Amino acid sequence: MKDENNFILHNSSFILSIMALNLGLTSLFLAFLSAVYAVVVVLAINPRKHEAWVESARNASILTFPLLTLAALSIIILIVQGHYEVAYVANASSSTTPWYLKITALWGGQAGSLLFWSWLMSAFTSAVMLRNWKRDRSLMPYVILVSMITLGFFLYLSLFIENPFERLWQNLSTGDVKPALFQPANTQLFIPRDGNGLNPLLRHIGMIIHPPMLYLGFVGMVVPYSFAIAALITGRTDDEWIRTTRRWMLVSWLFLSLGLILGGRWAYDVLGWGGYWGWDPVENASLMPWLTATAFLHSVMIQEKRGMLKVWNMILIIVTYALVIMGTFLTRSGVLSSVHAFAQSAIGPLFFGFIAITFTASMILLFWRWDRLKGETQLDSLLSREAAFLLNNLLFMGVTFATLWGTLFPIFSELVTNQKITVGPPFYNQVNGPLLAVIVLLMGIAPLVAWRKSSFKALGRLIWIPAVLTLVSLVAFYLLGARTLASQLGYGIAAFVGFTTLSEYVRGVGARMRLGENVFVALINLAARNRRRYGGYIIHLGVVVMAFGVVGSYMFQQETQASLKPGQTLALGGFTMRFDSLTQFPLEDGREVSRAEVTVLDQAGNSLGQLFPRHDLFDSGQPMTIPGVRSTLGEDFYVLLVGWEPIAANGATFKIYLNPLINLVWLGGLVFIIGTLVAAWPDADEEKRYIAESVSTLERAVKAS
Amino acid sequence: MTQTIATPHTMPIARSGGGRMKFIIGGLLIVSAIIYLIFTATQSTAQYFLTVQELSERQSSLVGKNVRISGAVVGETITYNSQTLELKFTVANMPADIKDIDAQGGLGVVLKNAVNDPKATRLNVYYKGPKPDLMKGESQAIMDGKLLADGTFVADTLLMKCPTRYEQAVPDQTK
Repeated sequence: MKDENNFILHNSSFILSIMALNLGLTSLFLAFLSAVYAVVVVLAINPRKHEAWVESARNASILTFPLLTLAALSIIILIVQGHYEVAYVANASSSTTPWYLKITALWGGQAGSLLFWSWLMSAFTSAVMLRNWKRDRSLMPYVILVSMITLGFFLYLSLFIENPFERLWQNLSTGDVKPALFQPANTQLFIPRDGNGLNPLLRHIGMIIHPPMLYLGFVGMVVPYSFAIAALITGRTDDEWIRTTRRWMLVSWLFLSLGLILGGRWAYDVLGWGGYWGWDPVENASLMPWLTATAFLHSVMIQEKRGMLKVWNMILIIVTYALVIMGTFLTRSGVLSSVHAFAQSAIGPLFFGFIAITFTASMILLFWRWDRLKGETQLDSLLSREAAFLLNNLLFMGVTFATLWGTLFPIFSELVTNQKITVGPPFYNQVNGPLLAVIVLLMGIAPLVAWRKSSFKALGRLIWIPAVLTLVSLVAFYLLGARTLASQLGYGIAAFVGFTTLSEYVRGVGARMRLGENVFVALINLAARNRRRYGGYIIHLGVVVMAFGVVGSYMFQQETQASLKPGQTLALGGFTMRFDSLTQFPLEDGREVSRAEVTVLDQAGNSLGQLFPRHDLFDSGQPMTIPGVRSTLGEDFYVLLVGWEPIAANGATFKIYLNPLINLVWLGGLVFIIGTLVAAWPDADEEKRYIAESVSTLERAVKAS
Repeated sequence: MTQTIATPHTMPIARSGGGRMKFIIGGLLIVSAIIYLIFTATQSTAQYFLTVQELSERQSSLVGKNVRISGAVVGETITYNSQTLELKFTVANMPADIKDIDAQGGLGVVLKNAVNDPKATRLNVYYKGPKPDLMKGESQAIMDGKLLADGTFVADTLLMKCPTRYEQAVPDQTK
């Protein structure tokens, strides 16, 4: 051991590793100091009097970005060079890990993913400082305060609790190996020959892009919160902060939506249980902030149009922030065991304390400014756009609360009754199923209801054509096999919403065509002139397509399983699968692969192609079941190899799922993302108008003083 | 109360007073419906985490309820019919709490002791489905299912856990 050490000490790569280690650790520490400095400066001075100090705090917060970039790069260098004496590198990488997974190993484990979170957060903060500095000058000191407190908290965790730069040290007398930042007494550096490598389930393209998307969504939602708190502190609770943060919220929401969809796709491809959403605690943790953010994106329209619901919007932002922090905590702490429980540690109490303190402080600020947040107008009628938005918000909060309840139920039941009781997917299906169905239905009706006050007569005029078309479709769905009440209801709602949303386009295009535009020009102009509205409708259409996919794959999923000898067949839903052969072979990275060849046949016995379901057993004992899927728009024929005869390879056990319409879930997701891009794309006219308004407000203020 | 935008056909004061009430009542109705939904669904889908010992003590009250149970597999009791996919085995009582397991020397030691303890409560399990790779003596079976009146536990899902050389938990993926 000693000799090996001496040898390596003279090795240039070892010197580079010491440099990378020191560079990373130093820049991480300096980033923490910068964040603390910015917070202290803003707290200590009067921002209106000490311009230079505010600028200094701003520069300190922008500085965190290059510093954390250095820290993240240092870890990547250590991983790529294979310095397994660094505990994090040994845990998240190995010599057989491909290079691209070595880079993504940055967020494959706990300590690295916390640093990655901070790095994204600093990127967002710097972008806000550079983009919004002039325009929202009065709010900025407190935006710095809130975002740097959040970043400081995460950097504290990275430095003192989950430091990715800790090295392994072996006690010279006991032989125990422990990670530590600095060499403990009576130890020597311990260099494992190889690392454990990333959990095989995470070696997937979905896992490379899913966590960054989710994290971008999470950290992005800190920006609207920072502006909201800044508005409360300064008392500038007019619409300025809402307008500034709406697009930040929309962009974060886009990333979070992408993260959720990619996560579902990953589960479907890798976890081998035939589904894409299992109401797993970690899935719930990322869904909850998405739900409250969705509620906010809707109710913010009432504040912009009617000057109402100001308190409510503040509450939505504060709750979203708390759920984002809690989501990171649930994902990273292992407090609830789940698919993602690979990351377990003792950071729970710190997270809990941070959420409690920020939430309480936010609520105190809110009560302090309550008078300034009074609505400018009142609700007029139950049948109005405002009332529909209110109902939408109530339902979204209902789904959020039910999901939170189900997720935390095991913890509370254990605290109260000393008995661990959980609720699983049936609970969420029973509660969230109906609530989400009503939300979708509302999505079809609300855009047709006028602001302030509508009448059933006016609504009826807009609804009767979509309603008739829906009835016709229901007959078609019945003939195609949707014969249960629940499925008729599900498809019926989706179809109705699809028709009403399309009718909005038809009306808009029709009005433009009467002005002399042709269909295509009218459609493009319609969307271009009011991107927010028509982008929103594209999102709604995406949800409709997804709803068809969810109803189809949930209500009509079929499954069967059997043990087959070569040549034997198994039938499911009009298809037949024939087992041809099974081969077993090892791969270079040490996994043992069992791969079956099966042929899918249609009812007439014609071959539709071969599938190769396989089962990989990694040397760590971790199995991975990779399905063989025949995928069409109509359905997925999803074959899992779940068991086989160990010696002669003359028999194998298969599980088959038939998932109707499941591809509509992914297709709808794509439409959804396109719609969000249309709605969020910067609008040059809007920017100019906004800047002109800000300048005139400023001029008026100057004249008044 | 300032009504900045007064619509011509509304009587601001009278309407808004009555209107407010309508919204409060409507909101309360929806909130109570959601709470009722959550309450009933919790009751009907709650799943109890129990040890084999706890299950046998409360046997009569738990028949037919959703239960998640974990136990140590007794190797010589495993029978499997690969044609009908019927798997039968017996599990012995073991602590469920990770802290208790660690205190008693880790999962490997606990499983060994449970299987070799003649006084440990045992439970017969029936499962229809493919036999998991890790199904062998002295492994931990985590099962979701229901207890029958005759004392047999019918598992709907079966997750196996083995003491491995890595500490990280095997992800729960047996849905």
